[in-house]
Amino acid sequence: MTATCTLTDCGAGEPVELTMADYQGAVARWCPGCGDHSVLSAVQRLLEAHQLAPERTVFVSGIGCSSRFPHYLRTYGFHGIHGRALPVATGIRLARPDLNVFAVMGDGDCCSIGAAHWVHAIRYNVDMVALMLDNNIYGLTKKQTSPTTPLGFATNTQPRGSYLPPLDPLSVTLGVTNASFVAQTADWAPQHLYRTLDAAFRHRGFAFVRVLQRCPVWTSSVFQDLVRDPSRVEILVHDDGIRDESTESVHTHHVEHDPGDIDAARRLAEEGGTRLGLFFRDPERPRYDATRRLPPYTPADRIAVLEREFDRHAV
Amino acid sequence: MTTSPSAFAPAGAPRDAGTGPERRVIRAREHCVEVVSDSGEGAQKCGQSFGAVSAKMGNGVWTVEIIPAEIQPPARTPAGASGVRIRLGSGPVTNWGDHAELVVAFNEQVLLARHRQNALADDAVVLLESSWRDHEDETVRTAWQNALEELGTRHYRIVLVPMQEQCATVVDDARRGRNMFVLGLLAGIYDRDAERCREQIAQTFRKKSREVYERNALLFDLGRTWALEQLDFRVEVPTTPHDEPMVVMNGNTALALGAMAAGMDLCAMYPITPATSVSHYLGDVFEDAGGIVHQAEDEIAAAGVAIGASYAGKVAFTVTSGPGLALKTEFLGLAVMTETPLVVVDVQRGGPSTGLPTKIEQSDLLAVLFGQPGDAPKVVLAPSTIEECFHVMVTARRIAESFRCVVFVLSDANLATGVQPYPRPVPDERWLATPPDLGPVPEGLRPYDWDPRTGLSRRFVPGQPGGMHTLTGLVHDENSKVSYAPGANERGCAMRSRKIAVLQSTLEPPVPHGADAGDLLVVAWGSTRGAVEEAVDRARDAGLAVSSLHLTFLSPLEPGLREIFARFGRVMTVEVNYSDEPDDPFVTDENRRRGQLCMLLRAQTLVDVDCWTRVPGQPLRPAEILTAIRARLAKGGRP
Repeated sequence: MTATCTLTDCGAGEPVELTMADYQGAVARWCPGCGDHSVLSAVQRLLEAHQLAPERTVFVSGIGCSSRFPHYLRTYGFHGIHGRALPVATGIRLARPDLNVFAVMGDGDCCSIGAAHWVHAIRYNVDMVALMLDNNIYGLTKKQTSPTTPLGFATNTQPRGSYLPPLDPLSVTLGVTNASFVAQTADWAPQHLYRTLDAAFRHRGFAFVRVLQRCPVWTSSVFQDLVRDPSRVEILVHDDGIRDESTESVHTHHVEHDPGDIDAARRLAEEGGTRLGLFFRDPERPRYDATRRLPPYTPADRIAVLEREFDRHAV
Repeated sequence: MTTSPSAFAPAGAPRDAGTGPERRVIRAREHCVEVVSDSGEGAQKCGQSFGAVSAKMGNGVWTVEIIPAEIQPPARTPAGASGVRIRLGSGPVTNWGDHAELVVAFNEQVLLARHRQNALADDAVVLLESSWRDHEDETVRTAWQNALEELGTRHYRIVLVPMQEQCATVVDDARRGRNMFVLGLLAGIYDRDAERCREQIAQTFRKKSREVYERNALLFDLGRTWALEQLDFRVEVPTTPHDEPMVVMNGNTALALGAMAAGMDLCAMYPITPATSVSHYLGDVFEDAGGIVHQAEDEIAAAGVAIGASYAGKVAFTVTSGPGLALKTEFLGLAVMTETPLVVVDVQRGGPSTGLPTKIEQSDLLAVLFGQPGDAPKVVLAPSTIEECFHVMVTARRIAESFRCVVFVLSDANLATGVQPYPRPVPDERWLATPPDLGPVPEGLRPYDWDPRTGLSRRFVPGQPGGMHTLTGLVHDENSKVSYAPGANERGCAMRSRKIAVLQSTLEPPVPHGADAGDLLVVAWGSTRGAVEEAVDRARDAGLAVSSLHLTFLSPLEPGLREIFARFGRVMTVEVNYSDEPDDPFVTDENRRRGQLCMLLRAQTLVDVDCWTRVPGQPLRPAEILTAIRARLAKGGRP
């Protein structure tokens, strides 16, 4: 995604340098220790770094803990319905190429009730950043099994443990025709998270970022080992990928992976284990919004076409 | 072929066509003709072309498609009957009439289908393809024999026409060319202008090669010549030249043109019968005029994309039918809650569930009004003619924007495929939407700055400096902040509801068709208008004190209804949706389930409104409405 808006041609008055605080909306009401706080900070940092005009930036969300996101930013926001952030964001993007569009979803939102939209949004490859904050659980409604809940993990809907192996969002995304940007990061690696968001924002197309996100209330154990022992996490490294020295120095387990190689990306996603980094990027994939952009017209154009059509149907 | 000189065959007996210069002239103010074939043989193309030419020559026209439910029904079966009915008139024609007086059938089985549906007048003239009579396959010959026996129970005059034999002189696959041969037959019978017919053929095949046009024009000439030389009758429906420019099209095309004339930018849809052809037509022309059709991954996403585009300042609409409407429910609630302008076209079909995908019904009214959980007030408009299908879109768009609300346009399968001429609209720049103002939001203005009296407020569009806020489907206050305060929901509901009352305050009371007072008032909505008013006219001609009232606004209801109802002895709705008959087993006045508009009117006016409804999967006929009117009048007085 590109910032098509600069401070000098957006809004009224003199250009002013915006700070992170200028992007802050309501005070975030997530639980203490929730990974969403970390994502919010990284996003605010991104907005500041790119000096995005708040009035030309839209955050669209569905329903769930993570979908409170837009309320905590001072941009335009659309907090819609469960699973349906992507169609709304697609409509906004088709209508307004000048806006910066972000969609924020949870794992139930994106991978369960909104799965059809997810698959097709990947295929449409419409220019936006899609964040999937994956805490492996339905949090807002208090601990129901989600598609990414680990096998055997007890929840209120499956108290004897989740019956099925979790769905892997990366494999699904990489498996869909026309995927153009697939990355994974984690809320506890803030610098990596920021760099990933930055790469996603710079990508032109549907940039899918899965953020491993801790829920201290319902799934405090699922990422615990990864957080305590950074060597359990592999970092994908490549000159074309996402590089961050601090992350690479803490997480010493590195895997060289070319993000241009989709076969390797699919293998890595399916092998199991936890890897952070850029799995795949292809900026050349066709974008629906590039070919299906609303063409400009004047009232005279419109009326000329109507008259032509009336001629065709004339008695 | 024998050349019997007799002018008219006796009842039911098939005769080959007569010959000679003497042609009996059937003069009629109106005439109703059907063309029926197996699916894929082009009867619809033939009939629609005939309708268009007739309209161009100055006849009033109404066409109704006869559609088999299956995509490729077996050939030569009653279930596969596909075609079109064209009702011609010297003046405007507003409905499909009662019975066909002339039928052209490509085989005896599809004819049987129309016979069994009581679609044909008892003395109808039938032009029937003769090749099946002497078919090499014995089962075909037997089927022919049996069919003719069954048809013999009525007084049809069956004229055998060697369509295939004739077409074979021009084309290799004679079964393919018959529809244009039949167009020629009709042109000969109704004395249609041959040059206009050839123009119509050229229009039909404009995307094909010149050779295809020429072959079809040749078939047309062949049919016309055959009719002129072989048939002993012709039909004269005097034409009245139009004194103003006219256009002719079906309702879905009119809706699509209306959307363009209203300045809409985006049509987000998912394929569903019978709504899809709106997007077929738009897909062809919309991009020339600055719009796009977005075919979404499902019905839900179609609504979501339209809402997103509307939120972002473009004018968007979505078009669907019953099952799609059900899927869009949650998004429509969101549009109501966030006061995002949205036009939704529902081309109704038979339901529930998959129901009757290709057939007319008016069963979505209550679903549209009350389909959302919680209170979700919205505006509902129902066009009743093809012309209204065009103009309603401009009205709908304006209301959606001025009132920040969801506006439903309830069309149906009858309007969708019905073809009727209407005065050519003169597009007006003022019909188009003005581009959103992206200037800074004035200091102090809030995202829902409801006028406490009217509930109206100005919305902010992304891009407007100083307007940043988050729209939410949660209960919210004027600042669009989520609020659980007891007063917040009360207030939000009141403000959204108030807009409906405000809109009603701008409407005029409707005017009854017929007289202002009488024994019975028939109330109807949508595509039944023509048939209802024709039935009322016939009743009035017979001295009955009957009037009708046609409602275009269903939410809010048009004002003054109670006062109008008070002037009539009885009030009865006529609708194409299901209701219990008062004398059905177990049905009492208290548990009787009534027609959808009827329920609404009873609730809103406290008048004991009765109803007569049918769900035959086809448009109502004036004669059956007249019968219902007589039956209700026979009960006398107040119900």
